[in-house]
Amino acid sequence: MAKLSPPIAMLAELTHVCPLACPYCSNPLELTKRTGELDTETLARVFREAAELGVLQLHLSGGEPAARRDLETLVQIASGAGLYTNLITSGIGLTERRLEALDKAGLDHVQLSLQGVQAELSDFIGGYKGGFKQKIKIAEKITAVGFPLTINAVLHRKNLDDLPQTLALAQDLKARRIEVACVQFHGWAEVNRAALQPSHAQVKAAKKTVEQARKTLANIMVIDFVPPDYYADFPKACMGGWGSTGLNITPAGKVLPCHAAETIQTLDFTSVHEASLADIWYKSTSFNMFRGTDWLPELCQSCDRRDIDFGGCRCQAMALLGDATETDPICRKSPFRERVDDLLTQTAAASGPGPKLIFRGRA
Amino acid sequence: MKDGPATGLPDCIPYFPRGVRVKHDTIRGCYVLLGPERALMLDAVSAAILDGVDGTASVAQICQHLAEAYRAPIKVITDDTTTFLNGLALRQLLDYRNG
Repeated sequence: MAKLSPPIAMLAELTHVCPLACPYCSNPLELTKRTGELDTETLARVFREAAELGVLQLHLSGGEPAARRDLETLVQIASGAGLYTNLITSGIGLTERRLEALDKAGLDHVQLSLQGVQAELSDFIGGYKGGFKQKIKIAEKITAVGFPLTINAVLHRKNLDDLPQTLALAQDLKARRIEVACVQFHGWAEVNRAALQPSHAQVKAAKKTVEQARKTLANIMVIDFVPPDYYADFPKACMGGWGSTGLNITPAGKVLPCHAAETIQTLDFTSVHEASLADIWYKSTSFNMFRGTDWLPELCQSCDRRDIDFGGCRCQAMALLGDATETDPICRKSPFRERVDDLLTQTAAASGPGPKLIFRGRA
Repeated sequence: MKDGPATGLPDCIPYFPRGVRVKHDTIRGCYVLLGPERALMLDAVSAAILDGVDGTASVAQICQHLAEAYRAPIKVITDDTTTFLNGLALRQLLDYRNG
């Protein structure tokens, strides 16, 4: 294996507390309670360790990170340690005063999520009445304070057709960047897959819209597009390769190679209370388990895409096949691809809104 | 969204918009350009170009300075510099204003 590089980015999920209840939430099905969260002092130590390890960018996420009263302090500490700080927020719980405090604390960038462009649908998906209106207001305050703004539009069967309006809204909100993020089916989204999986026609139309918008909006807004991978021929390179560029801290302090990794129950993840971040990154079993290509099954070892997608997403292999060591079954070469196709056939056969949504934390 | 010109003519002044900055990475021993969800490791040439981006110097002045410092033909330097800077502008990592 080549010499191991330090991580570039760290995602810190500060809390699982969130006013929203999105049915595709990336948090695990079992949520950590407030009392189980890392305290300010421990997070401060972890941020400093991250900077020393080589982390350049810190993404502060949740849950809703604004639900942490010490958010401003945490940003100040991270920023003081030299980290580029990015707040990933629903906007709910932020106020003008808090944004000004975050500005003083050295926050570099804000990423605001949108659940839709129609207030009614957006509030329904977020499970929070009046949420859309609040988001638009806070987006205006974010850019008024001067922060660069990214809109993170989470799209699925119920709102993928609104993509053109979503791009227009992001422009109106003066976003310099938009993430068009189609729901990936882990955690809560997996529970709601049948209701959220877009149709093939929707996905084709979305790809076309993105392709055109990249031309008309060049120089105005960067568009990052995460298409739904079930329709793809090859799997996505999970995190650019397990344990290669990024790491994730859960509210309770477990250190994961990606936010969904705890779904792989055969792995034992080390906590920041047990070891330093550097030791966990370089030496822990969980980070080394799927690192590089040595562990790959024969199908991937002999494939010319071995160093492109590294066998795909481990959590997806786990979710769909019950075995994290298998080739991601999205791959057309996987002997289990038909399971993905079967799920898509069911999607195609389903008409109307699909099954009732199960909202995060309210089941 | 930005207001200035999209590509840098010689008189334009390139600058880093808020949320974009160059940092010396002591762990990797190189300069990195940091922006929203972006971290670009800079080679010596890119770092030298961005070193000239101070919010007051025009594209022409930056190129002139580089040509002198590296004793290189101004045309070559200008081509390389504008290509690099315009590429960053396209990724929203650099803005221009009219000089």
